[in-house]
Amino acid sequence: MTAHYDQQPVLQARGIVKRYGSVTAIDHADLTLYPGEILAVIGDNGAGKSSLIKALSGALVPDEGEILLDGKPVHFNSPMEARELGIETVYQNLAVSPALNIADNLFLGRELRKPGILGSVFRMLDKKAMEERAQAKMTELGLMTIQNISQAVESLSGGQRQGVAVARSALFGSKVVIMDEPTAALGVKESRRVLNLIKEVRDRGLPIILISHNMPHVFEVADRIHIHRLGKCAATITPESHTMSEAVAIMTGAMEVDSDSEAA
Amino acid sequence: MSSANPKPSAPVLDHDKIADQAGSGSYVANFEDKDTPLQRFQKFLHKYPVAAPTIVLIFAIIGFSILVGDRFLHPFNLSLVLQQVTIIGVIGVAQTLIILTAGIDLSVGAIMVLASVVMGRMAIDHGLEAWMALLIGMGVGALAGLINGTLITRFKLPPFIATLGSWNVFFALNLWYSKSQTIRSQEIANNAPLLQWLGETVSFFGARLTYGSLLMLALFVLIWYALNWTAWGRHVYATGDDPAAAKLAGIRTDRVLLSVYVLAGVVCAIGAWVLIGRIGSVSPQAGYTTNLDSITAVVIGGCSLFGGRGSIFGTLIGALVVGVFRNGLALAGVDVLWQEFTVGILIIVAVGMDQWIRKGTA
Repeated sequence: MTAHYDQQPVLQARGIVKRYGSVTAIDHADLTLYPGEILAVIGDNGAGKSSLIKALSGALVPDEGEILLDGKPVHFNSPMEARELGIETVYQNLAVSPALNIADNLFLGRELRKPGILGSVFRMLDKKAMEERAQAKMTELGLMTIQNISQAVESLSGGQRQGVAVARSALFGSKVVIMDEPTAALGVKESRRVLNLIKEVRDRGLPIILISHNMPHVFEVADRIHIHRLGKCAATITPESHTMSEAVAIMTGAMEVDSDSEAA
Repeated sequence: MSSANPKPSAPVLDHDKIADQAGSGSYVANFEDKDTPLQRFQKFLHKYPVAAPTIVLIFAIIGFSILVGDRFLHPFNLSLVLQQVTIIGVIGVAQTLIILTAGIDLSVGAIMVLASVVMGRMAIDHGLEAWMALLIGMGVGALAGLINGTLITRFKLPPFIATLGSWNVFFALNLWYSKSQTIRSQEIANNAPLLQWLGETVSFFGARLTYGSLLMLALFVLIWYALNWTAWGRHVYATGDDPAAAKLAGIRTDRVLLSVYVLAGVVCAIGAWVLIGRIGSVSPQAGYTTNLDSITAVVIGGCSLFGGRGSIFGTLIGALVVGVFRNGLALAGVDVLWQEFTVGILIIVAVGMDQWIRKGTA
């Protein structure tokens, strides 16, 4: 895979701290994402992984620490700001509008307008261009078992809806795609499709941060695994260097890891 | 480190492989064939929300033309139906916008009457130019909408309660400002004929259309365009459909809601102008039933009260269905109370249909 560990990291978090009153949700956490890799983030409930992810996707502003995108420090005050810099997030609860069609959903909030006076004065949508680009992206990701791009999203299965959400992130995410439990709500077959889709997105050059509780899924698709414990990174392993039970042991604190096992 | 090739140019063949791996290459398309005719009908109605009211309208027209004969189908009578539904149609446009966002506006009628009183008094009592009086009336409509929208987006009141309150407030303001007095038609005709202009008619082949009816049709086309061909329209649907998802997609749903209520207020003020044209005078007691009639038109027109689903032209059809039933039953010599009875049945059937249709693809 083409993860390029000798290159500059795409996204880097250094010493992130977030406190809620007396509770420290993130305690000097580090995270590094290299080009072309799938980095899984695992951790027990309450380990602070979702807070860390929120900091990276702009949903939360950290108290301390810095976030580097392509080596440059960045600050997000909202998810929109993160998005504008090319960091897309796929949310667990399928953030799609059921009554709208696939093309509308892909471009929701970022619609294309017709060129010229039709677009500038009459604000007319360029439906044709949006449908074509949606079609192209869905085909590219192998999602065109969905017959019709103007089909309402509610007529799709859970996995296909997740596919629409992933396609949206791949369409607009120019740097990083963050996926929060993308298979949590899906059955076995559907999970498989989504996992393949995740790899497909990675193979197209977009690095992915994957948050998941599902160890077999993590070990199947991840290039590296970031294990979060007590508000910070306990270890970064690879599916080759450690077994699933070792990963769980690190997650729960039953096993200590020295920094030698740090991947890359 | 796991290893695989970079695949910079995506081989097309891979997609088949992925579908095969998933073991479900064809299961997506399959379920369509197993539908019973009833299920297919349900899906059809789901996809085309205007279909059901259109079918009802066509059957009603056929039914009444058999029942009542040529009198019903005469162009003059049909244009009369259109005149009778014009106000409901205009206010229905405002109501549709709000119901699409999963809201409801009980104050539309009160906004309309208040705006008409303001227009009338500005022109007659304060001697302003008629066009200025109209503009001030529109401003009052926009302000009323802004108040509703602020209560709902800023203070998070449920639309039903917020507009129930503002309905009473606007109606009381209207009685206070008008001093409960009617401005007579003759007075308006002498001093500000522009206010009555929408009541004037043009003839097409024996049909007599008012400018108000034409304005209503233009309004439907305009709002249809805005809802279907602009980003704002998509955001209105998305906000009504699933506000949380819309927010995550980056839509500022509060701003969309606010814009919808303000626009609805302006549309109600346009309705006020149509109202003056229709009845000639300005009366603080006019348009008393418009609130509920507008909701009736929207619901019969196939808009879901749960938001995000429906078409603006459904409301026009819905208003016409009500107009055709009232007119047809009246021509057939049926007592007025049975007109009300029929409209009531239509509402219940329409909402029942909506429930059934939405269940179809859950």
